[in-house]
Amino acid sequence: MNANGAITNERSRLPWPMQLAVPAASLITFGTHLLIAQNAPPLETRSYMLLFWEIVGVSIVLAIAQKFWPVLRRWMRHMWPIFTAAILLLGVWDVITVGLHLLPLPYFPGPAAVLRSLISDRGLLLDSTWHSLVLLVSGYTLGVIVGLVSGVCIGWSSSVRYWGMPLLKVVGPIPATAWIPIAMVVSPSAIMSSAGLIALAVWFPVTMLTASGVSNTRASYLDVARTLGAGHLYLIFRVAIPAAIPNIFIGLFMGLGASFLTLVVAESVGVKSGLGWYVSWAQGWAEYGKVFAALIIMAAFFSTVMTLLFKLRDRVLVWQKGIIKW
Amino acid sequence: MVTTNIAAASGVRVHEICKSFPVPDAPDTSRLALGDISFSIAAGELVSLVGPSGCGKSTLLRLVAGLDVPDSGELVVGNQKIVGPSAERGLVFQDPNLFPWLSVRRNIETGLVARGVLREKRNEVREFMRLVGLETFANAYPHHLSGGMAQRVALARALINHPKVLLLDEPLGALDAFTRMRMQDEVLRLWENRRTTMLLVTHDIDEAIYMSDRILIMTPAPGRIDREIDIDLTRPRDRTGGSFLRFRGEILEHLHFAGNAAGAST
Repeated sequence: MNANGAITNERSRLPWPMQLAVPAASLITFGTHLLIAQNAPPLETRSYMLLFWEIVGVSIVLAIAQKFWPVLRRWMRHMWPIFTAAILLLGVWDVITVGLHLLPLPYFPGPAAVLRSLISDRGLLLDSTWHSLVLLVSGYTLGVIVGLVSGVCIGWSSSVRYWGMPLLKVVGPIPATAWIPIAMVVSPSAIMSSAGLIALAVWFPVTMLTASGVSNTRASYLDVARTLGAGHLYLIFRVAIPAAIPNIFIGLFMGLGASFLTLVVAESVGVKSGLGWYVSWAQGWAEYGKVFAALIIMAAFFSTVMTLLFKLRDRVLVWQKGIIKW
Repeated sequence: MVTTNIAAASGVRVHEICKSFPVPDAPDTSRLALGDISFSIAAGELVSLVGPSGCGKSTLLRLVAGLDVPDSGELVVGNQKIVGPSAERGLVFQDPNLFPWLSVRRNIETGLVARGVLREKRNEVREFMRLVGLETFANAYPHHLSGGMAQRVALARALINHPKVLLLDEPLGALDAFTRMRMQDEVLRLWENRRTTMLLVTHDIDEAIYMSDRILIMTPAPGRIDREIDIDLTRPRDRTGGSFLRFRGEILEHLHFAGNAAGAST
């Protein structure tokens, strides 16, 4: 610790330019907006202004707090350049759409209009997000459970593999969304059929990766366990499945990506709720501010779910930290 | 400490064992890996199998462990025929094969969990960790351990089941020379402590002379026992003593001669 005291000292301060970058970028972006959007609805400008007041306020509070909180300082050092760039990018978007009219209206509203839509329609957006979450979680969970069970069976038992693998290879690659016409006929409700489709989309990669992980368990692990007195159940649940967990997580990530896609498509076609439905509904009314608002919510929602899965993986795979990275 | 328990050890009898494997390039033919092998080990004895690679040492050990089935012949431990793997016959490989997803403590507990006796024998776990000097690493994961430490965990994991026979398949083969000599002493200490019957496969002649009561020399194609040598030196043995070197010379000469003979006969 003492040997690199100089370095610690250097790191104990956040340089002034970095502390000022976020408020400065906010002022530039909002100033630009005031210049180019003089005849925009006053409500839009007001909420846009409030957003920047909040950003400036929070960044000042954080700049003070980081003096006493090294963890926050490290985080700010890492994130502030990105935040600054993101705020400036809002300004660029504003200039391209509202300022120079380079992109056709009403399809490409400026950031202030999108923010206004986000605020004015927050009730419906929140409700849609909640419905999407419920549908996603139920479909994903179902797909993961079925996928894990079928994956372990196919990976472990050669007779299940013989009969199951051809089915998996033929049915699995069909995109889940291609089943929509059939799912709508078969299932009693649109929600159920959508959950089923999401489950199907998740099931394939989870099964595939689980099966390959289980069947590729190092033979010597199984040999060791057998000479220690392990029976079948121990070999499956305490050797083969743990050995397959890195693989299983790859399947879970692939399945999650597939489930987002299927969710949005299923909602815009069948279900009358959720973010996917909201997007196509707003498009129907040519309210593209709302479309963009929903896209922003989706980005935040899906990336949060993805991050949670990453966190779960890091926690479960703590034993192989530093061995595999992807 | 772990109590000495001579009564728990068992002898091993290998009787006219043959084992062949299919040749990968020609599926219809097979190659005789072990041809008519017979020997026996007394309870509590430490016997080494020495020979060039490919002579079937490891195959023989897997048969005794019950992981493979011989084509013909009989394998008996104590007075029971071997029909499959069992916790009575512990096996330690050259690669420690620790489960990377389990901590050191959980790796050592494996045998107790697998046999469903963890609850009653939990106190032994600490004892065995102390026995191999790893108490402070209880919660470490295997990728944090050095080769010697990992192999000590593997030994503790096999010993916690109180096996009647401990099979060692070049357990120290991957270690550097110094760690290796220290581990030889450690294995000997465990053996003297517990008097478990041990069958050690090695290609290190010094290791075999230093450790064993008796050395079985194997020759390849098909693998068979060519010679038995009793090492009647008192322990601890002097690695540079005259009689040690005489045994060494004898074995080397024998293996060299055996190699020539095998070459001449084909």
